[in-house]
Amino acid sequence: MDQTAFFFEILFPALMQGLIVTLQLIACSAPFGLALGVAIAVGRQYGHPVISWLCKTYVFFIKGTPLLLLLFILYFGLPSIGITFTAFVASVLGFILCNSAYNAEYIRGGLISIKEGQMVAAQALGMTRWQAIRSVVLPQALRRAIPGLSNEFIYLIKYSSLAYMLTVIELAGAGKQVATKYFLYTESFAAVAVVYLVLVSITTVAVNILEKRVVVPGTVRANPSAQL
Amino acid sequence: MNDNDIVLRVEDIHKSFGGTEVLRGVSFDVHCGETKVFIGPSGTGKSTLLRCINQLTPPDRGQVWLDGEEVTNSGARINYFRQKIGMVFQNFFLFDHLTALKNVELALLKVKGMGKAEAHEKALTELRQVGLEEWADHYPAELSGGQAQRVSIARALAMDPDVILFDEPTSALDPELTREVLEVMKKLARNGMTMLVVTHEMGFACSVANEVLFMENGVVAEQGSPDLLLHDPQFTRMKDFIGRIDSRMDD
Amino acid sequence: MDVLPILIDWLPYLLSGVSSTLGLVFAALGLGVLLGLPMALGQVYGARPIRWAVGIYVWFFRGLPILILLFLFWFGIFPAIGLGHLSAFVVGAVVLGLRGAAYQSQIFRGAIQSVSEGQMIAARSLGMSRFTAIRSVILPQAVRIALPGWSNEYPNILTDSAVCYAIGVVELLTITARIVTQTHITIPIYLAAAGIFIVLNYGGLKLLHRLEAKIEIPGFGSGAM
Repeated sequence: MDQTAFFFEILFPALMQGLIVTLQLIACSAPFGLALGVAIAVGRQYGHPVISWLCKTYVFFIKGTPLLLLLFILYFGLPSIGITFTAFVASVLGFILCNSAYNAEYIRGGLISIKEGQMVAAQALGMTRWQAIRSVVLPQALRRAIPGLSNEFIYLIKYSSLAYMLTVIELAGAGKQVATKYFLYTESFAAVAVVYLVLVSITTVAVNILEKRVVVPGTVRANPSAQL
Repeated sequence: MNDNDIVLRVEDIHKSFGGTEVLRGVSFDVHCGETKVFIGPSGTGKSTLLRCINQLTPPDRGQVWLDGEEVTNSGARINYFRQKIGMVFQNFFLFDHLTALKNVELALLKVKGMGKAEAHEKALTELRQVGLEEWADHYPAELSGGQAQRVSIARALAMDPDVILFDEPTSALDPELTREVLEVMKKLARNGMTMLVVTHEMGFACSVANEVLFMENGVVAEQGSPDLLLHDPQFTRMKDFIGRIDSRMDD
Repeated sequence: MDVLPILIDWLPYLLSGVSSTLGLVFAALGLGVLLGLPMALGQVYGARPIRWAVGIYVWFFRGLPILILLFLFWFGIFPAIGLGHLSAFVVGAVVLGLRGAAYQSQIFRGAIQSVSEGQMIAARSLGMSRFTAIRSVILPQAVRIALPGWSNEYPNILTDSAVCYAIGVVELLTITARIVTQTHITIPIYLAAAGIFIVLNYGGLKLLHRLEAKIEIPGFGSGAM
C-alpha cells in the first residue's frame, strides 16, 4: 500500500475518530476540574479547620501520586470494593481529581494575593462572609489565577492521552492501533504528535487572547512562573 | 606637562543612538596623574563618553589611544586595554553572588591569571586602601551604598589600571555616604592616580580637578582649571549651568 | 483473606522498583541540566539560528504528551536510526531527559535574563571576555536564581516517570501492576505504591530545599523569582 493512501484513508480517519474522544475527555473533565478546584481552594483558605485540613491533604495526596497510578486505582482497584466505572468514566474522574488539585493551588495563590481590605469593605456593606468571598474576593482571585489555570488546561490536554492506558481509544490509542496493525510506528506517532502540537498550539494562542481580555484595567497580570 | 606623559588621548569621538547624536566630536588628552572632571546637564553624553573610552559602547567615529596604542578597533585586544582602564559605575555593579573580597579577586584570577594566594593578598591590600578590610567577607547586599562603591573602587584599583573612569560615582548615594566615597577618590588623586570623573559634585571638582570639562549638547563647551571656569568672566556657560542647578535647589 | 502479611511479603519487591524509578528521575534531571543549560545560554546569547532551533525544540517537547514522546522514540525514532537495541529503561530516561531539558532550559533562561545587565557590564569593564563573564559572573548567579524553580521539576519528572510503564520499563508502577496481577490484591498494593511515590516526592523536595538553603547568599536566591 502506498504512503498517500495509508495517510489519507487509514491514519487520518482513525486519528480524527481518536481526536473526538480526546476532546470529549477534555470537555467532560475541564469544567469539573475547575469547579472542584475552586471549592478546594476556598475550603482550604476560608473553611472550618477540619475542612481546610481535608482540602490540604487532598492536594497533598493527588499532587504526590502519579496520575497513571490514580487512574489504575480508579479503574482496576475500585471494582474490588464493588465500584465499577467504564474506562472513559474512570479516566474523566482521574483527570478531574488531578486537574482540580493543581487548579486549587493557583486559585489559592490568587485568594491569598487579594488584599484584606477587599473583604473588610464588602462586609462593611453588609455582605456575609460567604457573599463577600463569592462576589468580591473570588472574581478577583480567579482572574489572577488565569495564567496558572491556562497552564493546567494545557496539561490536561496532554495528559488526557493516559486514558489510552485504561483502553480508551482516544488520539494516542488510535495512533497506537494503526501503528501496530500496519507496522508504521514512526509515521503513525509522528502524525499523532502533529495533531497534539496543533491542538496545544491553538489552545496556547486562545488562552493568551483570553488572558488579555479578562485583565481588569490597571491591575497587574500575575506572574505565571510564580508557582505555589 | 609635555606630550610624553599623555596616558590617554581621545580624538573626535562621535556617537548616535537611533537618530540622536549624543556625542558630536569630543577630543582631549589626559596626562599622567591628572584628574579631569566632566560636568554638564544630564543627557549631554558624559556617561556615553566614558563608555566610549573603554569600548563598552563603541563610538561611531573617532579614536581612543592608551599609551600610544589604539584602543578603538582593537578587536579581541580590547580585553587587554580594559584591564588598564578601570571603571566605577553609578550603581556599583558589584557581583552580587560574591563577597567584597571575592569581588576584588575575581578579575585578578580570571583575567590576570594571578595565583590564589597572591590574588588574595592583593585584594586585601586594595580593600585596606578604601578602608574596608574588615568587611572583606560580607556580601554586597550587606554593605551600605558607600561601602559598596568603595569596594567597586578597590575592584578597579586591583587591576593596576593606568586610568580610572568614574561614572557619576556618588549620584546614587546619600550626602553622608557621598562624603566617604569622595574622600577615597581625593586620596587616590593625591597619590597620583589618573582619573576621569563624571560628577555633579562641584566641591570635589574645585578641590581635586586639574581640569574641568563642561559638556553641552555632545561637545566640550568650556575647558580649563576649575578656578578659570568659575571666575574668569570670559567663561559663562558653566557658571550659568551651576546657577540653574542652585536656583532649582533653592525652590 | 488477611492482606497485611501478603503485603509485607511483597514489600521488598515493591521497594526494588524505587531504585529504578529514581534512576529514571536522576538520569532525566541530569540530562535536563546538561542539555537545558547550554540551550538556555544559546537562547539568550546565541545567534538567531540557534535561538530559533532552541525555540522549536522547546515547543516540540513541551507541546507533546509524555506518552506520545515515549511511543514515538521507543517504537519509531530509535529503531529507525539503528538504536533499537537500547533498553526500555535507557529510552525512558533519555526521553524524560530530552523533555526535561525543554522545561529546564526555560527555567535557566528566565534566571539568566533576570541577572541585571550591570553585572555583564562590570565584568567586561574589568577586561573579562564575554565567555569568562558568562561563566564566572552570570552563571553562578543564574544557577542560584534558577534553583527553586528547578527543584520543582523534580516532582514533575518523578510522577511522569511512571508513564514509562507504557513502554515496559520495570519501574515502581510496573512492579506494582505485576504484584497486583500475582496477588489479586488491588487497592492495598496501589495505595502502598502511592505511599512510596509520596515519600519520594516530598522527601526529595525537602532535600532539594535543604540544598537551596545551603548555597544561599545574603540578598539573593529564593525570593528572586
